[in-house]
Amino acid sequence: MDADAPLLAVDNLTITLPAGRGRTVDIVENVSFRLDGAEIMGLVGESGSGKSMSALAIMGLIDAPGARIAGSIRFRGRELIGLDRRALRALRGAEIAMIFQDPMTALTPVHTVGWQIDEQLRAHQPLSRAGARARTVELLGEMGVPDPRRAADRYPHQLSGGLRQRAMIAMALSCNPSLLIADEPTTALDVTVQAQILDLLRRLRQDFGSSILLITHDMGVVAETCDRTTVLYSGNVAEHGPTDALFRQPAHPYTAALLDSIPPLRGTRPRRLPSIPGAPPAPSARPPGCPFQPRCAYGHVACETRPSLLPIGAQQVACVLPAEGRALPPRAVLSA
Amino acid sequence: MTARTRTHGPWAVALRSLSRMPSAIASASVLLLLVILSAGAPFYAAHIAHTDPFESDVAGTITLHGADIPVMQPNNNRLHLGLTPIGPTWVPSADLLGADSQGRDVAARLLYGGRNSLLISSCAALLCIVLAATVGICAGFFGGIVDILLSRMMDIMWAIPVYLFAISLSIVTVSHGLRIGPISIRSDSLLLPICIIALVYVPYAARPIRGRVMSLRQSEFVLAARCLGASRRRILLRDILPNVSTTLIVLAPLVMALALLAESALSFLSIGVQAPAASWGTIIQDGQGLIYTRPWVAIAPGLAIVITVLALNVLGDALRDALDVRETSRRSGA
Repeated sequence: MDADAPLLAVDNLTITLPAGRGRTVDIVENVSFRLDGAEIMGLVGESGSGKSMSALAIMGLIDAPGARIAGSIRFRGRELIGLDRRALRALRGAEIAMIFQDPMTALTPVHTVGWQIDEQLRAHQPLSRAGARARTVELLGEMGVPDPRRAADRYPHQLSGGLRQRAMIAMALSCNPSLLIADEPTTALDVTVQAQILDLLRRLRQDFGSSILLITHDMGVVAETCDRTTVLYSGNVAEHGPTDALFRQPAHPYTAALLDSIPPLRGTRPRRLPSIPGAPPAPSARPPGCPFQPRCAYGHVACETRPSLLPIGAQQVACVLPAEGRALPPRAVLSA
Repeated sequence: MTARTRTHGPWAVALRSLSRMPSAIASASVLLLLVILSAGAPFYAAHIAHTDPFESDVAGTITLHGADIPVMQPNNNRLHLGLTPIGPTWVPSADLLGADSQGRDVAARLLYGGRNSLLISSCAALLCIVLAATVGICAGFFGGIVDILLSRMMDIMWAIPVYLFAISLSIVTVSHGLRIGPISIRSDSLLLPICIIALVYVPYAARPIRGRVMSLRQSEFVLAARCLGASRRRILLRDILPNVSTTLIVLAPLVMALALLAESALSFLSIGVQAPAASWGTIIQDGQGLIYTRPWVAIAPGLAIVITVLALNVLGDALRDALDVRETSRRSGA
């Protein structure tokens, strides 16, 4: 194992799925990002942009017949693509864990929450039933579950959404993984519970030293939680950079448009929030050039070829505008 | 909301809602009564009716209201030819439901027949569910080539009408028994109808199980379990099996009802339970010659079949309502 290697390095990840009649479609194209220890990175994009597929590829869980995964996914310097099933399974849960959008469907309805966490603990560590339960109650307590002893004896349907998500996180963290992938962990929760869960995720980094890959479509969640952000659009990285820099001066028109569509907290509200015209292209009908070009207000001839990621400052952007000296202006909203 | 000290598991919740369903209570009681009555068949024959329901008794008499009456009575047709067995006396000690053409007590035979019919249908249902669960879970969980092979095999079995299939299997085995390598089953063994009936209903039970397992395999909690490093074996035992168990439990009484009907049909055709042993099907066959003079010989086992099948179906429906975990949680949470 390489001590200097980043915790997670994804390089030129391409996921190809069969689309019937011998054709294939690239769901994710040349996506690269890296994640260091004790870092929270946001992976942002709308539905179908390939964020969940990238996460499943990291977990080694894309087993659709005919799926091809190219590129490289290195965890602590160890290549995960092509790793055999047994080694991957040992890694999952122990080193990399994942939590989901809807903890109601992610917990088995027929067992108590405590039983499920016990099982998870006992699958990876030699623990007695009583020992596992003690650790489960402790974990639930650390996740801020009130009266964890009783909560452990409840079935998923008897808990509130927030408690279920806490239980799910407790289960994912039971073996102290160094990487937690959170796939839209707050989407199914109401706003106050959402804030609590995000708070919990931030505390995980301090208390457990976990890194978190936070997959979301909510720019507000990203702003509150993430150190760095990768914006995906139609299976490609649009922009990548530190969250505050990205929010202050988005370099990609797509990022800027996403930020513009958030209602401002101060000042006069526009009658209608700006929206991005059109819809993202289907992966099979992606234009050969910049995938955002058909919807972009700045689209021009130079966009007909696929732009590569260019560094500007701390950010990296897949857009020709900065190179042409026509970088987008800083946003005024956040400085207020 | 009142504070609950104990949490109720899905099984406890299901049992509680079952106990609140009149249909479930009624059908379960009927079935229990039938089982108790059948289990008491030897007692009834020896101590109440004082007959041997497997011995032909054409010359015997019964004592009714102090008088001795012959079991086989002369016909009152114009030529006074032939004999007609005695009809229902409604007295338990003297041919309660009359006698059949060999002078045997129909009520006692009905109870003995119930033993065989219930035993065969419940064992067949159990065996069928076990086989179907194995096939359905393998096909649904492993998918791919395993699924294709198993599903096509089921389709082929499905293509043959179930009674035709059962009848042809029975006819082959009924004369010489079954001998496959070291396994040897005698032709009058109850194992034969049990295995045949279990086998022919496997596709009917396996298909819904396969569907349920396929949807469970796609469910997020299985994905979550895989994300947490669970092996396939663990997912199968901890996630799939407990969740599919409700489907199995709901299917069991319904398959048993089908098995009972199939058993009666085979026995009626003399290729199920073999004489002198009785089953409801064989008693109906005994009664078919007497249908105009002594209809109760055929009606009584017929009624027994109808009541049992009805009770099993009602119980199956009640179980389905009670075991839908989310449904009940929604109902009790409201």
